Amino acid sequence: MTAPYVLTMVLLAIGIYAIACKRNLIKVVIGVMVAEYAVNLFLILLGYRTGGFAPIRTEAMDQAAGAAEAAKSFAAASVDPLPQALILTSIVIGLGVVALLAAMAIRLHEKYGTFDVSEMRKLQG
Amino acid sequence: MESTLPILVALPLAVAFVMPLLEKLREPEWLIDLIATLGSLGLLVLSVRLVGAEVGPYWMGGWDGTGGVFGIALKCDGLTRLMLVTISGVAFVAVLFSLAYMRRYTSKGFYFCLFFLMVAGMNGVALAGDMFNLFVFLEVAAISSYALVAFGCESEELEASFKYLVLGGLASTFVLFGVGILYNLTGTLNMDQIHAQMKGLAGNPALYVAAGFFVMGLGLKAAMVPFHAWLPDAHPSAPAPISAMLSGVLIKALGVYTLARVFFSVLGPAPEYAAVLMALGALSMIAGVLLAVGQWDFKRLLAYHSISQMGYVVLALGIGAAVLSRPGGSRVVAGLAIFGGLFHMFNHAAFKSLLFLCSGATEYATGTRQLKELGGLKHRMPVTSACCRVASLSIAGVPPFNGFWSKLIIIVAAVQAGYLWLGALAALVAFLTLVSFVKVQRYVVCGELPERHANVREVPASMCVAMVILAVVCLGAGLLVPYMMAPHVGLLDQAAEALAPGVEAVEVVLGGVAP
Amino acid sequence: MRGMSPIVRTVTSLVSGFILLYGIYVVLYGHLTPGGGFAGGVVLACCFILMVLAFGAPFVHGIVSERAPYLWDCIGALAFLAVGVLGYYSGQFFHNFLVPAASRGADPTVSAGNYKLLSSGIILPCNVAIGIKVMACLFGVFVVLAAFRPAPKAQED
Repeated sequence: MTAPYVLTMVLLAIGIYAIACKRNLIKVVIGVMVAEYAVNLFLILLGYRTGGFAPIRTEAMDQAAGAAEAAKSFAAASVDPLPQALILTSIVIGLGVVALLAAMAIRLHEKYGTFDVSEMRKLQG
Repeated sequence: MESTLPILVALPLAVAFVMPLLEKLREPEWLIDLIATLGSLGLLVLSVRLVGAEVGPYWMGGWDGTGGVFGIALKCDGLTRLMLVTISGVAFVAVLFSLAYMRRYTSKGFYFCLFFLMVAGMNGVALAGDMFNLFVFLEVAAISSYALVAFGCESEELEASFKYLVLGGLASTFVLFGVGILYNLTGTLNMDQIHAQMKGLAGNPALYVAAGFFVMGLGLKAAMVPFHAWLPDAHPSAPAPISAMLSGVLIKALGVYTLARVFFSVLGPAPEYAAVLMALGALSMIAGVLLAVGQWDFKRLLAYHSISQMGYVVLALGIGAAVLSRPGGSRVVAGLAIFGGLFHMFNHAAFKSLLFLCSGATEYATGTRQLKELGGLKHRMPVTSACCRVASLSIAGVPPFNGFWSKLIIIVAAVQAGYLWLGALAALVAFLTLVSFVKVQRYVVCGELPERHANVREVPASMCVAMVILAVVCLGAGLLVPYMMAPHVGLLDQAAEALAPGVEAVEVVLGGVAP
Repeated sequence: MRGMSPIVRTVTSLVSGFILLYGIYVVLYGHLTPGGGFAGGVVLACCFILMVLAFGAPFVHGIVSERAPYLWDCIGALAFLAVGVLGYYSGQFFHNFLVPAASRGADPTVSAGNYKLLSSGIILPCNVAIGIKVMACLFGVFVVLAAFRPAPKAQED
């Protein structure tokens, strides 16, 4: 089961490569987004249980087995729902960060006339 | 008393979300000022009330983790109380300073909205009893600070904020990786429950990977070398009260406090972590001060000194962890080191914020930050230059100001723990800091007043009051050291006990007990 | 911003009501099916963004004023905090004070009133508040970013 985790690390590496080595501001923003997707994917994969089903309880499950046993078998057989709650929050945080990055990239373009990072060298030392 | 814990996060959030309403409904400026001041004063009162009270964990919504239910806890031990008082104190002073200073920027209502969001995030980080809650509030505070650094919308500010944003976003990604690995290993997110499982997991390589992610992510938030590249651009570009908040509390609450929580309360002190912390601390101390000596921009010099002083705190925490994890390590020495580190954190919040506020006042009056263009301000701006002098003496470690005591305790602890060369390094860095601030004093306060600044006036009253409050804290913390260390009552002793339980640090300092 | 061709405008005016309805459904039934405040809020914001794209910003600003995103953003956040503070009335911050009295104290996974719209206590008002906030917030972000005018190109060739 390690192949998806390796994919996560590859995505993180791609994101870091884009942040460090690309000269266009928008490509740097995309690198940040890819790194955040890598972490979200990692958290989702942590919760996976082989052969599990999506963690949604329905009335049919309760009526088939009686409420208490349905709850127990649900907890045993479904995919872990806690990482899913975690990545929902993380996706929203990522949205906030990317919105702020996009706004800043636009303002930087208004000031410098270009998206090229090597042109923006007013700060030194 | 326990039920006021969520109010410490809910109150700044409520004030933050009322501000854009007032701004867009065109309410008068005095109303915005009044609400901001009352909000921060209320936070300060609530935080001070918590000192000395034994407050247990507060479970949100009544779900307290029994019966297989996942609960979210807010916990409030001694270290949390120290952080809450520091955050609220510096926030109150920064609000006072901003009342006059921010008139020169575009929109005070939005500024206070972001400011109180940052304070709510920092309070949440201090109160969090749960790893993921810690991450969420870390992000809230960090995103507000990215926006605040760029508040002036000049090209340098935007560039600095963009760099800060990208590096900070990457750091948060690393922290979330660490949280995910910890959840996978232990099946829970609550800090106390994770700590209870650490003994069974010792030596697991995944634990070292998680610790590595935490060091990279949180080290960047705390501006440790080699992750410090964002700080010398971001802190000078922010408006002065925000620089004071960033350098004074943000790098502590988001960086050093979280490092202490993760490596003491969650993962538990171990020799490898202690070695890494000490290495980071020593490197930051030296690199920060060496890079600062050659600076001619006032705020950039202060920013480099922040890196160096944070190195002191992390070094002290590392020494404490190293001593605690040795088989025969003396708990008294460990407690002394941790106590020195936390005291220095508190002192740095006081004097560094004061220095940034003084630089802001200087810029407000003269319009420049370059040391070579300033001079002789003591003739025309007596309050600002007196406060600047107090702060410079504090950071350089001159008795009887507070910086002297905390640096002394750190050096003594290093020597007693057997790290003689680290103690010598700390003393050398203190000397170089003194050199640097003598230069600041000579260029800013003493000397001749250039003609173009011949007509500067003292800054408005609210800014003066803010600076004087912090100067009094600097002097008071230095003179009242025995009061602050009183066992089980004093703020700092509780904080040190929270990290190294059962240690009576006060015996060593006041009684000269040998380990 | 100019708006698009008559085909797009006609389709938008027919479809935006259904998009709003779908968004409201996702928000309200968040405790039973996947979705909830954030996802529903995004769908609601997308309806308004579609209207801006199809009809142009000045037209939409006639329906939704320039200040509305800020106002509804704050109202949504303050409503969420109010629900939390009202929890003090029955004990803890964010305590579920709307649970019907018959099932108070029973095992929460097996009580009889489950799988209905009003069976979740305070989750419903929380979802509604978050939905309003996210809708206002995303629409506001879009409007601000869409006001971007590219800088004049520097001299070249």
